[in-house]
Formats: sequence, C-alpha cells, structure tokens
Amino acid sequence: MDFAPSSSNAALLGDGPAGAPAYLPPTDPVLMKLMVTGPFGVGKTTLVRTLSEIPTLHTEETMTAASVPVDDISRTPGKTATTVAVDFGRLTLADGDFVLYLFGTPGQRRFLPLWEDLARGALGALVLVDTRRLADAFDAMDLIEEAGLPYAVAVNRFPDTPPIALDAVRAALDLDPATPLLELDARAREGCVDALIALAEHVLDRLPQESTP
Amino acid sequence: MTTPPRRRLVPAYLATHGRTTAAGAGTLDRLSVLHAAADLPAGLGGEHRQLWELVRPGALTLAEAAAHLRLPVSATVFIAADLAERGALSVRAPIPSAQPVNRDLAERLLSGLRALK
Ligand SMILES: Nc1nc2c(ncn2[C@@H]2O[C@H](COP(=O)(O)OP(=O)(O)OP(=O)(O)O)[C@@H](O)[C@H]2O)c(=O)[nH]1
Ligand SMILES: [Mg+2]
Repeated sequence: MDFAPSSSNAALLGDGPAGAPAYLPPTDPVLMKLMVTGPFGVGKTTLVRTLSEIPTLHTEETMTAASVPVDDISRTPGKTATTVAVDFGRLTLADGDFVLYLFGTPGQRRFLPLWEDLARGALGALVLVDTRRLADAFDAMDLIEEAGLPYAVAVNRFPDTPPIALDAVRAALDLDPATPLLELDARAREGCVDALIALAEHVLDRLPQESTP
Repeated sequence: MTTPPRRRLVPAYLATHGRTTAAGAGTLDRLSVLHAAADLPAGLGGEHRQLWELVRPGALTLAEAAAHLRLPVSATVFIAADLAERGALSVRAPIPSAQPVNRDLAERLLSGLRALK
C-alpha cells in the first residue's frame, strides 16, 4: 500500500469526503473498540489509516463549555462549545465474526471528558510514543489508567529518532513489567498488527478466569 | 475532578429492542448498530430522513453514520433515538448478546488478529 506523506489538511481532518458507506457484514458481528492515543503528532491518524479496511472516517466531537478549559473559551468569545475531530477506522476479523474499531484520540489531559466518553466500553488502548519527547506520553497514560483500560505502548520510530533501547523507554515511562512495549512504523501494517496482537494478549491476561456458568 | 457530561439515553423504547442483561445494553453509543427498520414515518424529513436513508441498504454504527452525515455524534444520538422511538430504526448493542467482554470473546479476537499475519 502506498503512503503519501501529507502536509495537507488530510492528515488533520481525516480523508475528506467519506465516499460510499461500507456497510457492516450481515453476520451480526461482535463489535469491539480499541483506543489509539498519545501526544500530538505522534502518528495516531497514520496508524489507524494503516490498519483500517475502510477509508478513515472522522467525527466532530463537541466539548461543551463546562468541559473546556476557561482560557480556550476566552479566546473565542461567544462560543460555548468547541469541537475536536476524532478519526477512526475498522477491521473485520474471523470471517465477519468480529469488527474491530480503532479510535484515534488526542492524549492531552484537557480532553479528559471526551476521552472518558470515547473510552467507555473499549477493550484497551495502544499508546504511541515518540522517544524524542517521552514525557509527552504521560498525559495519555494517565487518561488510560483513570479509564481503567489495559494498554500497550508502541514507539513510533521517525527518521531522525536517535536509537534508544526499549529497556530505557520502559524505565523512563515507569511501565509495569507486564505492559507490552514494542516498536513500530505507523505506516507499515505488519508492525501495527503485531502491536494489536500484543495488546489483545495483554487484555486477555487481565480478564478473570471464568467460573463455569 | 468533575463528573464529565453524560449524553446517554436509556429510554424504554430502546430497552424493548435490546437484549437487556448487561449494563449499557439499550443505550445509544458510538458503536450501536443502526439499521432502517420500516418506512420513514410521515413528517420526518431533513436529517432524520438522511440518517434513515443512509442505513436502509445496510447496517452502520452510530459513529460511522455521524461521520457520513457530517453530524456531531451528540446530534446523531438524538436523531437515531427519535427514529427508533417511531419504529423506523432498529438498534442493537455492539455485542449482540449484550454480554460483557469475557475470555472467550477476547480469545476469539486474538486469533482473528493472528490470522491477519
Ligand atoms: N517517518 C515516519 N513518519 C510518520 C510515522 N507516523 C506518522 N508519520 C508522520 O508524522 C506526522 C504526524 O502523523 P499523524 O498520524 O497525523 O499523527 P497524529 O498523532 O494523528 O497527530 P495529531 O492528530 O495532530 O495529534 C505525519 O506527517 C505523518 O506522515 C512513522 O512511523 N514514520
Ligand atoms: Mg491525528
């Protein structure tokens, strides 16, 4: 699949006009949701686009006045709400038994209300980090921990990223030994699939063993 | 920390469509599955008609419908609720049996992901 590095609005706003709707398979699939989050510009939209089988969609999410920090409102007098774009894609699995939705969500603390709303019912989260600014990922990790979601962390490697060992990343982020940590290129499908597998394994590990019904 | 605003609808008319066991069943959420169910009732036009027509050929999640119609999710929730109340839209929970995620589902998800490789 080709990748057009884009400095255009497409990277910010999703893929433009949505085109014909891709209807769900008539198999009554189970729908599941994973969050993809992390700091500004870390590659969330790119990863969702790489994995999605449909052109990425986006919704305009309203943050009401009550949930918007005061200084944001004061810059736009007369405005009582602000919107933020959330992009998402989907992936059909197991011959239509499952459809997995990936929601690319900003990981800054000020998006907490939106984050909680979006994360409700999610299975888990993938946090993308940039090793040149690891501390920027703390907000996203806090949001996830407050939402009580299991998560995995993926280093998105950029061309000018200096080499850094994953052990050092784990220590700098103070990750639990059980938290999956891997490295990927958000433009390359295989590593992105590996990250979802690591996350799904971790989700499974954290679910209680069933007592027989 | 303040309680975030909730925009969840738990109206009786959805409970009758839904399977009611798990928490969250019968509410409209981004992953609620929408499908047109009957003729569009007279008197509903505009965005109601657009949503109803969008999900006539097949089912979409509420989030996808909102994106295609270029409507905010919150507005789409209200329009979908209106249509459902009038019997023009069927709504189902993301997990058809409305059970919470369990190991069986998570294992099937994992093997589905591994099969992508
Ligand atoms: N070299 C390289 N560039 C990448 C990679 N992932 C993303 N990019 C580029 O980095 C920029 C930001 O990527 P996005 O996917 O838009 O990041 P984002 O996290 O969605 O950004 P915001 O939504 O603005 O916070 C884009 O110009 C991408 O083309 C990667 O793995 N390698
Ligand atoms: Mg983005």
